[in-house]
Amino acid sequence: MLELLQTLGKTTRSAFAKLGRGTFFLLHTLTGISEVLPRPNLLVKQVYSVGVLSFLIITISGLFVGMVLGLQGFNILSDFGAEESLGVMVAASLVRELGPVVSALLFAGRAGSALTAEIGLMKATEQLSGMEMMAVDPINRIISPRFLAGFLAMPLLAALFSAIGIMGGHLVGVGMLGVDDGAFWAQMQASIDFHEDIVNGVIKSVVFGFVVSWIALFEGYDAIPTSEGVSRATTRTVVNSAFSVLALDFILTALMFGDI
Amino acid sequence: MQHSKTQDTLVGFFVASGIAALFYMALQVSNLGSYTSDDSYTVIAHFQNSGGLKVKSPVSIAGVRIGRVSSIRLDRDSHESVVEMRIESKYNNIPMDSGASIYTAGLLGEQYISIDPGSSEEYLHDKSQLDITSSAIVLEEMIGKFMLNKAEGK
Repeated sequence: MLELLQTLGKTTRSAFAKLGRGTFFLLHTLTGISEVLPRPNLLVKQVYSVGVLSFLIITISGLFVGMVLGLQGFNILSDFGAEESLGVMVAASLVRELGPVVSALLFAGRAGSALTAEIGLMKATEQLSGMEMMAVDPINRIISPRFLAGFLAMPLLAALFSAIGIMGGHLVGVGMLGVDDGAFWAQMQASIDFHEDIVNGVIKSVVFGFVVSWIALFEGYDAIPTSEGVSRATTRTVVNSAFSVLALDFILTALMFGDI
Repeated sequence: MQHSKTQDTLVGFFVASGIAALFYMALQVSNLGSYTSDDSYTVIAHFQNSGGLKVKSPVSIAGVRIGRVSSIRLDRDSHESVVEMRIESKYNNIPMDSGASIYTAGLLGEQYISIDPGSSEEYLHDKSQLDITSSAIVLEEMIGKFMLNKAEGK
């Protein structure tokens, strides 16, 4: 019994300690951004590895998600004779939810895990301590550009995902199932509001980009510098990112669209 | 990872396509492309029952959308629904004695206001009121009347 209490206390204490370290890490990273801006080359490199390399998986997944939405939506809507609303259904579900959420999950799997492994290995091979020895702040030099790149790339990836998904839905709905082209777009434009739907979707993806980049970089920086530690940190990145993205999505949706 | 011009180009392509996707959604997917400009004037109409009419419901003449409903509220004295609509300024030759009716698009579709042009020489301007109105058709009421007529007919 006493042992159980002890374990509980220890877990709580270490959870809070980690939260504290994470917050300090985030503050340090954010102040480091001012050092990144005069050196855009650092940022370009990271946007390449975080954004450009995720481009393919995001666009292809977006296309297929849109096509599935078109197919499933058509089957259900045609029961009510409302196939013309397919455009609204595809666009609303992509722009509001699936675009930001699925691309954030893919981003965590594709870019987040790579970031954690990279930082964790840098720590394990003492590159970070080496930098400190040379009086270079590793957070400003290594972490901040990566954080800013993830933060910038995420909304762009989510927008690409939604746009290509809508094209995929159009391809299936109009091209293959014979929904009227004009009704598809007109109903979509009549129901999707720029501020309410698209801007809120972008805000969601900005928040997700912030959180996923933070988790990925912090897990890497905080990893136990062994091969096992790095592998565990990578797993934690994907699991924690997915969990935070889905939980935050509910909170953001409740704030934006719900009357809670 | 070497830093090269190819990398710069790819990053540029990535950012450009992301921004293009945003613009695409803003113009093609959302209502921003057909957004009512500030160039509009307000017309007021009193309805006995505005049914399922909502703010932003379309206002049309002969099936062409000329504006949107901007507010719906209750008149405290007459217990009527006061509907304000914003009509685009380019449609400034709507006769004063036009009528406004609330119709439903399709059997279960959304409700909209249709304006039937009158013959007056005077035209609607900002804050003018449409006097001839006909309320929304409430399906339950209609079915009730139909049933009543059926019962009496027997």
